[in-house]
Amino acid sequence: MSKLDSKIPAGPLADKWKNHKDHMNLVSPNNRDKIDIIVVGTGLAGGSAAATLAEQGYNVKAFCYQDSPRRAHSIAAQGGINAAKNYQGDGDSVYRLFYDTIKGGDYRSREANVYRLAEVSSSIIDQCVAQGVPFGREYGGQLDNRSFGGVQVKRTFYAKGQTGQQLLLGAYSAMSRQIGKGRIKMYNRHEMLELVIVDGKARGIIARNLVTGEIEKHSAHAVVIASGGYGNVYFLSTNAMGSNVSAAWKIHKKGAYFANPCFVQIHPTCIPVHGTAQSKLTLMSESLRNSGRIWVPKNIEDAVAIREGKLKAENIPAENRDYYLERRYPAFGNLVPRDVASRAAKERCDAGYGIENNETHEGVYLDFSTEILKKGNEAAIEKNIHNPTPQQIYDLGKAWIEEKYGNLFVMYEKITADNPYVTPMKIYPAVHYTMGGVWVDYNLQSTIPGCFVIGEANFSDHGANRLGASALMQGLADGYFVLPYTIADYLAADIRTGAIPTDTPEFTTAEKEIQDKVNFFINNKGNHSVDYFHKKLGHIMWNKVGMGRTPEGLKEAIREIEEVRRDFWADVKVPGDANGMNMELEKAFRVADFLELGQLMAMDALEREESCGGHFRWDHATPEGEAERDDEHFKYVAAWEYQGDNINQEVVHKEDLIYENIEVKTRSYK
Amino acid sequence: MSTKKGLNLTLKIWRQKNNKSKGQFETYKISDVSTDSSFLEMLDMLNENLINEGQEPIAFDHDCREGICGMCSLYINGRPHGPDTGITTCQLHMRMFQDGETIHIEPWRSAAFPIIKDLVTDRSSFDRVMAAGGFISVNTSGNTLDANAILVPKEDADNAMDAAACIGCGACVATCKNGSAMLFVGAKVTQLALLPQGRIEAERRVLNMVKAMDEEGFGNCSNTGACEVECPKGITLSVIAKMNREYMAAAIDKG
Repeated sequence: MSKLDSKIPAGPLADKWKNHKDHMNLVSPNNRDKIDIIVVGTGLAGGSAAATLAEQGYNVKAFCYQDSPRRAHSIAAQGGINAAKNYQGDGDSVYRLFYDTIKGGDYRSREANVYRLAEVSSSIIDQCVAQGVPFGREYGGQLDNRSFGGVQVKRTFYAKGQTGQQLLLGAYSAMSRQIGKGRIKMYNRHEMLELVIVDGKARGIIARNLVTGEIEKHSAHAVVIASGGYGNVYFLSTNAMGSNVSAAWKIHKKGAYFANPCFVQIHPTCIPVHGTAQSKLTLMSESLRNSGRIWVPKNIEDAVAIREGKLKAENIPAENRDYYLERRYPAFGNLVPRDVASRAAKERCDAGYGIENNETHEGVYLDFSTEILKKGNEAAIEKNIHNPTPQQIYDLGKAWIEEKYGNLFVMYEKITADNPYVTPMKIYPAVHYTMGGVWVDYNLQSTIPGCFVIGEANFSDHGANRLGASALMQGLADGYFVLPYTIADYLAADIRTGAIPTDTPEFTTAEKEIQDKVNFFINNKGNHSVDYFHKKLGHIMWNKVGMGRTPEGLKEAIREIEEVRRDFWADVKVPGDANGMNMELEKAFRVADFLELGQLMAMDALEREESCGGHFRWDHATPEGEAERDDEHFKYVAAWEYQGDNINQEVVHKEDLIYENIEVKTRSYK
Repeated sequence: MSTKKGLNLTLKIWRQKNNKSKGQFETYKISDVSTDSSFLEMLDMLNENLINEGQEPIAFDHDCREGICGMCSLYINGRPHGPDTGITTCQLHMRMFQDGETIHIEPWRSAAFPIIKDLVTDRSSFDRVMAAGGFISVNTSGNTLDANAILVPKEDADNAMDAAACIGCGACVATCKNGSAMLFVGAKVTQLALLPQGRIEAERRVLNMVKAMDEEGFGNCSNTGACEVECPKGITLSVIAKMNREYMAAAIDKG
């Protein structure tokens, strides 16, 4: 029987969250220190949740695999965070942010969750400013905004090109304050390897101390998973190397449903792959699309000449450049959503117009010359320079670009050895963010009582696609403003429970299972490294469960992943021992989980016979190559239930998505 | 097709089983390294070779590989993050090296960063200094005033951002002959002291953070400036000057 009850409160959309808060159970301040909460992951979602729960008076134990919570991968987000402040007076509102987010997600997210996200967004900015996050300012001292892909207002707040960093450091400093007070016990270099369920409720975790190798038992009244996304299933992605699915996958195997695993965002502006030794991909902020124009040569012979190094991009005149996004999508141009921009780049490269000098020819230009000219002219007027020379205009324009995006340009040059002020940046799409994740209800609780999932690790707010500047928003909304309320409603029943003992059979069994797995990996006399299998998996995923999917390809992928899984368990080699730091052992645990999840992603993609957002099926495309959604049959969340080792046996449950407040339309950015 | 030739290199790498054992340099050879690879990708290749030969791979810290998380470290040819400026080790590329070169690779060198294994050190002392005062004491429940009610002059916001860009990698400490953490602490003190919302507890903050810094065993600044040279994020000595000013004023005030 399906356990899917979304628990969306009754009443008008705009009042749901307020009414829900008004009627939830509370834990009174003097009872909160009788309650222990485990938070796994310390990025924007986990960090803000841990800080807030500790502030409220609960005992928090926070876990991260890095050496410090400050290194969580949220730190790498560059562009900005959305909020419906309407400081710019350009027509923004909570409703419009809600509408854009639902539309951006291709009508595959839950109305009530998204509305709540838009509603609390402005509190996030207030909170972060109070914490000392140095957002960009106008000369009058007020906050500055930019616009981002997929929207027509300026609602994105930013801290240079390091917004994620500054927001994370804000959450980390709030955590640090609670650590200093002893209200958060921080477990750095620890990895959660199992969830412990007692009497049907999440009551603790088994974690491995990554320095000593010790397997530890930790109990709590509730467990919060904030472990981020699973993009590293593709091996090459923009995720940090250690980002993994293990925490989320472990709770899936213990009964939490995994929703929409096939929804993966491919980000359009990454530095192209350079070769086979490549370990990961580097993103160039989407904010660059505000000032950059994307193009490939209009003539195929120019593309060939560029690849052969006989022609330089800057020497191709404007009339011989194909600004294909502006051509195909005049209303949004270079600011179309990420899935649209990514597919359009693939379409041009597949047609032979790619400019990168490698086997794949995958690459397009992101060009700033128009913007340099425009901003240079504006600055000349502002500075009262009459009849400026072309050099003066260029210098002024370049200074403007430098101020806005300087660090990104430096980073690009360090990686590619090309100067992007002179030669346009080369970019190509890459795996970035995962919209799928653990199924949660309106209270952010999974189908396991007492196990909550927040941020990228859950599925709830982004539908089939994610707009720019909305991931940071969701992470902080969940952690600062949603979970602290909804978890109290659950914990109110636990004030008389007392501390949860860890010497019970449930903990002992879970601990032993993990110990056995450690022993297996260390003693298995295999022939291949963990990365060998991970790369094989990544190759299958990118080619067959990537930007364009076909039923045949997905069926092949499922079969091939099964084979790799079998080989992995038979032939993996993990050197070293278990009693101390062993990074290969850490990877082995993670890749074992990626292999299972990868198979489920392909199954989910096969089941969803439509194209929507980041999920594009070639058998469901219009003649112009645009995505063809099927609302009649697929306007639902696919939530998968684990049935044991054979992933093919997983059962799908469907949560219908009901839109009462907006009209479901075909997305058009033309 | 690329005709670039791969590099052949000799690597002298610090190996140390754990904090209790003694370490030593080991020599490894690696061939055909693409000049487009990053330094860490070169180490990935070496580790893959070591695993295939039945040896234990070299432990080193790394994560985002985009120059922002601050996790990667490494002393390369006597310099933190290697022979380039303004970057972390993950952004150091092999085109900075010559074919046939010998490269020395060591962990961060500082008493306050004890070695865990091989090239991995324990930088949790930074976290403890932060917990002593690297924050603004504001309730995280969101009932604060509207963000635009706190006006911040653009110059102050920009300068605060420049200081806030610190990634806490520890290169400043590792390169300092005194093992001083004053660039790291100064960056946080400066960021928060420049903002109106951080001003209120500025005195308490600087006194507590400096005290914690001393207790962790970091040395003092003697204005050599190596930290500024090696900082991947361009944090300047001015943050140390600012911290000293803040500290003096606070010490006199509270004295």
